[in-house]
Amino acid sequence: MSKKLRVATTSLAGCFGCHMSALDIDERLFTLLNLIEFDRSPLTDIKHCGRCYIGLIEGGVCNAENVHVLREFRKNCKILIAIGSCAITGGLPAQRNHLDLGSCLTEVYLTEPGLAHGYIPNDPELPLPLDKVHPLHEVVKIDYFIPGCPPSGDAIWKFVTDLIAGKTPELGHGLIKYD
Amino acid sequence: MVSDSGLHATYLGPILERHGYAATSLLQILREAQEHYGYIHPSAISYISVKLGIPRARIEGVAGFYSFLHLRPHGEYRVLFSDNITDRMLGSQPLLEEMCRQLWLQQGKVSEDGLVSINTTSCTGMCDQGPAMLVNGRAITRLTQQRVQEIGQLIRNRTPLSDWPSDFFAVDDNIRRSGPLLGNTLAPGAVLSTALTLGSENIIEEIKQSGLRGRGGAGFPAGLKWEACRNAPGEARHVVCNADEGEPGTFKDRVLLTRQADLVFEGMTLCALAVGAQHGYLYLRGEYRYLLEPLQAALQRRRENKLLGKNILGQPGFDFDIVIHLGAGAYICGEESALIESLEGKRGVPRNRPPFPVTHGYLQQPTALDNVETFCAAALAIHMGAEKYRAIGTPKSSGSKLISVSGDCPRPGIYEYPFGVSVREVLADCGAVNTRAVQVSGPSGVCVAASEFDHRLGFEDLPTAGAFMVFDDSRDLFEVARNFVHFFAHESCGFCTPCRVGTALLKQTMDKIAAGHGTQYDLHEIENLDQVLQTSSHCGLGRTACNPVLHTLRHFRPAYESRLKSLEFKPAFDLDGALARARQMTGRDDAGAHLKTEGA
Repeated sequence: MSKKLRVATTSLAGCFGCHMSALDIDERLFTLLNLIEFDRSPLTDIKHCGRCYIGLIEGGVCNAENVHVLREFRKNCKILIAIGSCAITGGLPAQRNHLDLGSCLTEVYLTEPGLAHGYIPNDPELPLPLDKVHPLHEVVKIDYFIPGCPPSGDAIWKFVTDLIAGKTPELGHGLIKYD
Repeated sequence: MVSDSGLHATYLGPILERHGYAATSLLQILREAQEHYGYIHPSAISYISVKLGIPRARIEGVAGFYSFLHLRPHGEYRVLFSDNITDRMLGSQPLLEEMCRQLWLQQGKVSEDGLVSINTTSCTGMCDQGPAMLVNGRAITRLTQQRVQEIGQLIRNRTPLSDWPSDFFAVDDNIRRSGPLLGNTLAPGAVLSTALTLGSENIIEEIKQSGLRGRGGAGFPAGLKWEACRNAPGEARHVVCNADEGEPGTFKDRVLLTRQADLVFEGMTLCALAVGAQHGYLYLRGEYRYLLEPLQAALQRRRENKLLGKNILGQPGFDFDIVIHLGAGAYICGEESALIESLEGKRGVPRNRPPFPVTHGYLQQPTALDNVETFCAAALAIHMGAEKYRAIGTPKSSGSKLISVSGDCPRPGIYEYPFGVSVREVLADCGAVNTRAVQVSGPSGVCVAASEFDHRLGFEDLPTAGAFMVFDDSRDLFEVARNFVHFFAHESCGFCTPCRVGTALLKQTMDKIAAGHGTQYDLHEIENLDQVLQTSSHCGLGRTACNPVLHTLRHFRPAYESRLKSLEFKPAFDLDGALARARQMTGRDDAGAHLKTEGA
């Protein structure tokens, strides 16, 4: 292969567990690095995503910044993959969806015991939370989904290497799981 | 003070006694237990659990499955508006909203004083006289603004249901066209007398010769089923009548059970004679609870006339009796194996098939399970003789068929036709004009557009279980399909993932399109979902859940496309609107506090 494929990864409203799971490919990471190079990713600390072949995103969309990052990925990645339960369904953070955002903020910043003169942070630097947490595919088009919480390192390895080889990725028995 | 369990013992004791402390009667026990408080009290569950020797989790599992059973207080008056598309077309939605306003409550919530709750339920089988509702399980038809206001007043005054005006509960038969089945004047026992002279083998032979096929939709030859049941090894044989008429738009079994109850029971007894069964069950859908007492009375009359019980018609060894089992609001229980599970007092989850009920049915014994209309038709076929019966209808679909007509036509109701009648003829008879489409055989059936009105009802062309919903050119077929998709998502039993998740995704996608956020991409998604549902669902519910969308997409694609926002992908919700609450809470309105539409 003449040129390495560029891959970007990020975590939105996630716990980085999917990234940790990806590291479970262990020494295969070296094989992988012969085929790809990382663009924006927690592994490189590059702040903005350039043109990429694959974008891997864990976590759902819970605030305005998540929307911006997701759009940036969509604009730059030929193939965008939602990885893990939170990206696919909203997951654990979406547990707040049945609560009113206003009462969440009130409880956390105003009425919680021990908070004197509290106020709801309103610095323009801070991203505003959305009223509900959404899965990625409700905000941009997603090409592939890797289920699991987290998906195993083997599943991620199989999926990504299939893609690089130009095959439609298929997670066979034992690799597909939802918990 | 009477202890908690003592309190429940007083009303639960007799119920359990009546059901012989049998766990197979759990659903019946829970239904009856609920009638006491309007919900099943936690202590009542403990009591039943001890007395039946089954774990609490199983009882709660069963109670949680059926939508008419409640584990928490649901109000003294539980109002459920029938939510079939035909009810909606007759204006059920504004009536529901008005009633909520009148009683100061939100749909789906119980009023603070615990008096009343209002919600929707799947089609209650009153499509020819809607909009309809159930109040504490009792059907009320022909709702108007005035009637709804009166009902609200009665509820406010805590008037007992038994003191409500009786015309509220009137259910009309609306028979518009009669035939050999509805027009028969057979005396109770007449068919059985003939059958006794024939004997078991000849009955089955006659039924086979008559070409009778199941009327529940699948069209399996009844004679073959009965023969297989008779020949299957087993300790006891059962006859089950499927009166769980849940397919939206179907109400012919209701009319048969009202007008021809004796013929239904005669057909079941005939089947018992043919297969050698001693026990019969009529699985009556919970929505038809009001038919229970008249049906019980009919059974009692037949026992008194030696048409049920020991030595029927004096024939030694011809013993057969019928028990009525009430459902509790689960469409899936119309599927035969789910029905049997429910009959055994369990959650109505379809079984793996094979083995089929005919060899491993109720309590794993050979079971002949047929639709209400099939039993009636079988009795008629024996009475007329195979040859004469076969002469009615078409070569592959012999006999007549009851069609439940509803929707946009001046004469909705029951029409009996010989098989082979065209859609166009039915439309002409019911007076429908400017018809855009007909949904034949309910949401799981086929949407027939005007270009196909010459197709004929019958197993060789347009198979039907009886529903015939008419939509004229003022109707939006997208909304029709969306209603059906919501129905399937609600009624999925939750057992298999493709159906549980697939129907929910389908519903979300349809709602996204309805909200004006849809794109071409979503139409592709619907087609992908259909592939998954059709190929990997456990039972027919999942396999047919996509039909309404696929059929309407085929014939009425512009109804979808006109709603699409663009051909490119669009988010499923208003992104900037989703920040409004946070803007309000923080008092921010800077550029960062907004999300622009992409490309704008």
